[in-house]
Amino acid sequence: MRPTFSIICFTVLSGIGYGAWFLIGLGLAIGRVFCGPRSAPNATGVSLVLCHPPFWSPGALELAFLLVGIGLLCSLGHLGKPRRAWRALSQWRSSWLSREGVAALATFVPATLLLAAAIVVPMIIAGIPAPSEQFSNWVLLSESALGLLLAAGSLLTVFCTANIYASLKPIRAWHDRHVVPAYLLLALYGGGLLLPIFPMWKGDQPILLTGLIALSLAAAWLKHRYWRSIDAQPAVSAGRATGLDALGRVRSFEQPHTEENYLTHEMGFVLARKHARKLRSVVLVAAFLLPALLAALALGLPATRMPAAWLAFASGVAGLFVERWLFFAEAKHAVMAYYQR
Amino acid sequence: MTTLPPPTAKKLGLVIDLDICVGCHACAVACKEWNDGGDFGPLPDADPYGAQPSGVWFNRVHSYAVEQDTPAGTRDLTVHFPRSCLHCETPACVTVCPTGASYKRAEDGIVLVDADKCIGCQLCAWACPYGAREFSMERGTMQKCTLCVDRIYNETLDEADRQPACVMACPTRARHFGDLGDVDSPISKLVAERDGYALMPEYDYKPVNRYLPPRPRRDGCADPTTKAAPTETLDTAQLPGVLRWLDRVLSR
Repeated sequence: MRPTFSIICFTVLSGIGYGAWFLIGLGLAIGRVFCGPRSAPNATGVSLVLCHPPFWSPGALELAFLLVGIGLLCSLGHLGKPRRAWRALSQWRSSWLSREGVAALATFVPATLLLAAAIVVPMIIAGIPAPSEQFSNWVLLSESALGLLLAAGSLLTVFCTANIYASLKPIRAWHDRHVVPAYLLLALYGGGLLLPIFPMWKGDQPILLTGLIALSLAAAWLKHRYWRSIDAQPAVSAGRATGLDALGRVRSFEQPHTEENYLTHEMGFVLARKHARKLRSVVLVAAFLLPALLAALALGLPATRMPAAWLAFASGVAGLFVERWLFFAEAKHAVMAYYQR
Repeated sequence: MTTLPPPTAKKLGLVIDLDICVGCHACAVACKEWNDGGDFGPLPDADPYGAQPSGVWFNRVHSYAVEQDTPAGTRDLTVHFPRSCLHCETPACVTVCPTGASYKRAEDGIVLVDADKCIGCQLCAWACPYGAREFSMERGTMQKCTLCVDRIYNETLDEADRQPACVMACPTRARHFGDLGDVDSPISKLVAERDGYALMPEYDYKPVNRYLPPRPRRDGCADPTTKAAPTETLDTAQLPGVLRWLDRVLSR
């Protein structure tokens, strides 16, 4: 399949954003459990939360918001009629693409409310010398609820995105059981790459970095399994596609058209399969191994933490772009069997 | 609505006879001509007279050589293979559509695209293993075979002309149109008689169109029953006098 820049941008950037939202949301949802030892005032100056939830840092929610937004705008670039995009929200009963659109818009609700709360709540607190216990409880409860919604919405959106591809039977490399778990894991991993570049409650750093190493190794293993799985898939033959295999060995001796058409242009992309081995190594090193090593370095030498986190983020995101390009470009569409290409 | 209608009793579709198709592309050209001006047109081309013309066609005719082993060695069977929308009973191209632009008609099972609702996401083309859908770069929307829905019900045409343009154009009568849901229809009988088959049934999209396989060739590996010449009878009493005399002389 021809890799389209707009879709690669969309799935990578919004994937990272949703992964970060998932972690932040989960932190908020279960933040109250860890409330005791983290009570305000906190060192990072985030007074949104009266107690500091795990994985919360100023700027992370906002950057994830930006990435999700840019990603979704990119996805419109793929449409022939982008101004009609609103119509895509109507067929959620049958279409994963429609479900994704609905889930993506719905997830903006808790995200926007949390963003607003991050600005408004500190102003309110600043105006009250001693917030009442009732008020504190109310803030905590709403944050937990919004966090839970944010995490659930992010998970659901990425699940829908993955199923758009996984539901397409004619493209065997996408209709593979590893595709949905890989999309979810890589989004989570993208979030894990993003959060350490922000200042964080010091107790969260080791948890996040250890988690990042575990996620990168798990993702590398899953991609390896995926590649082995798609390499084992038999290609659809011209004989099978035409039903003429019962009569003999089928060979195309004349194409139906002398020039490229939409099908051969869109689905007859060969370059990635030719260089698949090299590109897969690039993905394993840039997307997973290098960030894991850098995270280990940051764990061992806390002084190197910020540069290591930035380098891991840069390398990881670049690697994820290659991974996604390969995911699209490597896949073969059944219709090409008719063309025998 | 992109959810599918309940199974339709009427299943309009095409039957394509691979035995007699000569690969002349007349179906493809007639289709392009009708649909460019029909209700679902136009079918604009990019760079039509330039170095790299491209554009949407609803019909694509492939040509294959089928290598067969015969007692006299291997030989190639030439098969021309027109490929178009099969108007599946459970088409994924309809259910994946996020906008409701793709739909299957409840009354006759024809799969259509509403160009006014299509956002051009191309997911339907990805979902079709038969390559039935082509995206128009010029229009920004997806296009596909309409089974000439604007001909087959068109009361301004003579009744004999209410057939898809490809069927009308075929010089060898390799294309047949009718109701494949009705077991007594002429084309259903033709499918039963010739063991018509559906393409790639393993996808479970249940194509309506059928292909009639090439008949066995007369030499080599052919079925012996098809080789037997029919026995003719001649009623000499019906012949004029001169021919009756000739028959008598030659029969001696």
